Amino acid sequence: MTASVQADWKVIAFRLKEEEYALAVQHVRSIEKMQPITRVPGTAHYVKGVINLRGVVTPIIDLRERFGFAPEPYGEQTRIIIVALEDMEVGLIVDAANDVLDLPAESIEPPPEAIGSVEASYIDGVAKVENRLLILLDLAKVLDR
Amino acid sequence: MDMSQYLDLFIDESKEHLQAINERLLELEKTPEDMSVVNDIFRSAHTLKGMSATMGFEDLANLTHQMENVLDGIRNRRLSVTPELLDVIFEAVDHLEAMISSIAAGGDGTRDVRGTVEQLKRIEQGEMPNKQAAREEPPLEHAYGEFEYHVLEQAKEQGFSVYEIRVRLRDDCLLKAARVYMVFEQLNEVGEIVKATPPVEMLEEEQFDREFLVTVVSKAPADELQKRLMGISEIDEVKVSMLSIGEPSAESEKAAAPQQPAAMEQAAAVQAEAEAPEKQTAKQATKTIRVNIERLDRLMNLFEELVVDRGRLEQISRELNHAELTETVERMSRISSDLQTIILNMRMVPVETVFNRFPRMVRQLARELGKKVRLDIIGADTELDRTVIDEIGDPLVHLIRNALDHGIEAPDVRAARGKPEEGTVQLRAYHSGNHVFIEIEDDGAGISREKVLQKAKSRGIVSPQAAEHLNDQQIYELIFAPGFSTAEQVSDISGRGVGLDVVKSTIESLGGTVSVDSQPGKGSLFSIQLPLTLSIISVLLVQIAEETYAIPLSSIIETALVKKEEIFSAHNQPVIDFRGKIVPLVRLKDVFAVPGAADDEDAVAVVIVRKGEKLAALAVDSFIGQQEVVLKSLGNYLSSVFAISGATILGDGRVALIIDCNALVK
Repeated sequence: MTASVQADWKVIAFRLKEEEYALAVQHVRSIEKMQPITRVPGTAHYVKGVINLRGVVTPIIDLRERFGFAPEPYGEQTRIIIVALEDMEVGLIVDAANDVLDLPAESIEPPPEAIGSVEASYIDGVAKVENRLLILLDLAKVLDR
Repeated sequence: MDMSQYLDLFIDESKEHLQAINERLLELEKTPEDMSVVNDIFRSAHTLKGMSATMGFEDLANLTHQMENVLDGIRNRRLSVTPELLDVIFEAVDHLEAMISSIAAGGDGTRDVRGTVEQLKRIEQGEMPNKQAAREEPPLEHAYGEFEYHVLEQAKEQGFSVYEIRVRLRDDCLLKAARVYMVFEQLNEVGEIVKATPPVEMLEEEQFDREFLVTVVSKAPADELQKRLMGISEIDEVKVSMLSIGEPSAESEKAAAPQQPAAMEQAAAVQAEAEAPEKQTAKQATKTIRVNIERLDRLMNLFEELVVDRGRLEQISRELNHAELTETVERMSRISSDLQTIILNMRMVPVETVFNRFPRMVRQLARELGKKVRLDIIGADTELDRTVIDEIGDPLVHLIRNALDHGIEAPDVRAARGKPEEGTVQLRAYHSGNHVFIEIEDDGAGISREKVLQKAKSRGIVSPQAAEHLNDQQIYELIFAPGFSTAEQVSDISGRGVGLDVVKSTIESLGGTVSVDSQPGKGSLFSIQLPLTLSIISVLLVQIAEETYAIPLSSIIETALVKKEEIFSAHNQPVIDFRGKIVPLVRLKDVFAVPGAADDEDAVAVVIVRKGEKLAALAVDSFIGQQEVVLKSLGNYLSSVFAISGATILGDGRVALIIDCNALVK
C-alpha cells in the first residue's frame, strides 16, 4: 500500500476465474508454460508439487485452490508465474497471463470490504485502468503458510 | 617424514605470524620501549622458526633464528630499538614473506638471505647496521648453472681470475648494440666472456635497458679491465668485481634475488635448471596451489549440471539402443565418475581444521570451571566435505562445552568417587562406509536418567504415561528435545538459551544424525554420523504407482520380494520376517498417499532400510535402478516435508523426491 502513493506500479496482469489480478513486476521472475509437476506428499492441498525450473527445484501453488475456488483442468492458456519473495521462489498456477501494465498511482484504491470472491486479506488494493478492474495481490499473504 | 600434508597449514600459519610480526613491528617503531610488543614479535618469530625447521625450510629457519637473537637482545635491553635496526628486521621479514610465497607457489623456499643474516649477526654483536651495505641491492644478477660453475672453477684452477663486470651505458646512448659489441671486443682481447645477462642475443638486439652484466675469466687485473672499458665512449659506469667461487654455494649467493617478484621467478628458475646444484628440490615432492573456495563451489555446481545431463544421456542411449552411442555414453559416464571423485576429493578438508581450536578452548574452560580436564584428539586427519566442515564447528563446541560443564565433575568430587582428578574428554573422528563419525566421550558423571525424566515431564516434553515405557536410550535422547536443558543453574558455559536441540537440528540439516549413550557414574558418549559428501549421492529409484522416488543407498541394506502370505500382523502393524528378525512393513503408497489403485499382486517389492540398529521394510511397486543424483532442496517454501529429505532431477528432466528413511524407521 505504501508504494501506491509513491509512483506508478508496473504489474503483470493475469486471469483467474473471471477476474483480473496483478502482481508487481519486481516479484515476478518469469512466466512458464504448464509442465509436469511432481507431487509432494504431505503438503497443503493447494501445493501441487515441484517442477524442475532450469535445474532449480521450485514449488508450485495452484492459485485457484489457494483462494478456495473450484479447480479447473489446466489448458492451453494455463501459465505458471514464477515469483520471488525474500528467499522464497514459488510458481503460481493461473488461468492465463499475458499483460504487463503500468498502473498510475492515482488509479489504485485500497481494497473494499468485500471484493469478488477472494478473501480481502490477500488483496493489497484494486486498480481501475480504462474499463478493467485489477486486483492487486499481496504476495506475502499468498505465500504465507 | 612426509610433510606435504602439513604444507597448507604451515603456509597459512606462517602468513598469519608474519602479518602479526609486521603489525607489531610498526607498533614497536612508535613505542620502542614497549617490551610486551617485543615479546609478541619474539613469540611469533620463535614459532615460525620451529615450524620452518620442522618442515625442512632451512633458509627460513636460519633467518628467523637470527631475527630471534636480535629480538632477544632487545628484550634483555642489550640492544636498543633504532630505525636502522628496525630496517634490517623489516628487510628480514620481507625475505621471509618472499620465501613463504615461494613455498605457497610450489617452490622450495630457498633464498639467499646470508646478507641479512650477516647484518642481524652484526647487530646482535652490538654493531650498528651499515646503511650503505644494507641497501646495496644490485638489480641485475648472474645465476650460474652447474656447468658454468665448473667452467669457472676450472678457469680459476688454471690461474685465471673470474670477474663480474657491470656496465652501464649513458642515458643518451644511441647505438647500444654497438657499444655492447665494443665492450665484448675489449674483454675478448684480455680474457673470455663466460656469461652475459641479459643473454648476448638480447644485447645484440638492444633488448635491455641501460645496464648489463658479463662474467669474464681473465688473467688481467681488475683495474686494467676497468680502464679498457671506460675507454669506450658513451659508457656511464663500469663496476668490476672479483667473483669468488671457492665457496660451495657461491652461485646461490649470486642468485640472491632482487626484492619482491623474484621469489616466483627464482623458484621457476630452480625448476628450469634441473642440473642446478640445489639440494632441496627433491624434497618438494608434491606441489600445491591455493584455489579460491568459490571457484571450487562453481566447479561443483557445473559438475552437478553435468551429472543431470549424464543421466539424461544414459536414458536416451538406453531408449535408442544404438551400439556406438551406448559405448560412447558408457565411456563418458566412467570418465565423469572419475571426475566426480576428483572434484569431491578436492573439497575434502581434514577435520583438524576444526579440531585444532579445541585444546585451547578446553584448557581455558577447565580453568574457568575449576576442573581438571585432558582433551584427547584421535583421527584429526579424517577428511570431510568442506561444507560439512564449515557447519560442524559450532555443534562440536557445544557438545564439548557440555561435556566439560555437565559431564566432568569437579576434582574433589572425582576424587571422592575414586576417579583420577583429571577428567578425560576424547574427541574421535573416523571413516566408516559412506559416513564419517565424530564422537565425544567423557569419563564424567554420565546422564542422570531420573533428572532427565523429571525435567522432561516438568517441561511437558514427555507425558508421564509415555515416560513409563521409555528405555534408557530413549530417555537420553530426550535431552535433544527443544526446550530441554539439564543445567541446575544457568552457567556461562553451556546454558545460553540454545540447547542441544540446536545441535541436533544443525547436524540433521547436514544429513547426519546425532545420538547419545551414557553410563551413570562412568561418562557419556555423543556420536555424530555425517555423510561424506552432501551434494551427490547414490540412490535406488523406485516406482510407486505413477510416481518415482529415490532412496539413498547409504540407508539401504538390501531389496527383496516378499510373498503376500509372508506378511504378518503384529499390534495391527504389518511385519515381515527378515533373516529371523521381525521388521515392520511400511507401505510407501499409504505414507505418501500416492493416488492409484490398490495393488493386489502376489509379491511385494520391499527395500530394507536401516536407521542405527533399527530396520524397516519399505514396500514399493517396483525397482527402477541405481543412479547417482544431485541432491537439491525443495526450496524455502517447502522447508520441512515429512519423510522427504530433498529432491533430484532425473534424466528426463522430471523431479523425483528423495525419501528420508530416518523418518520412516521407528
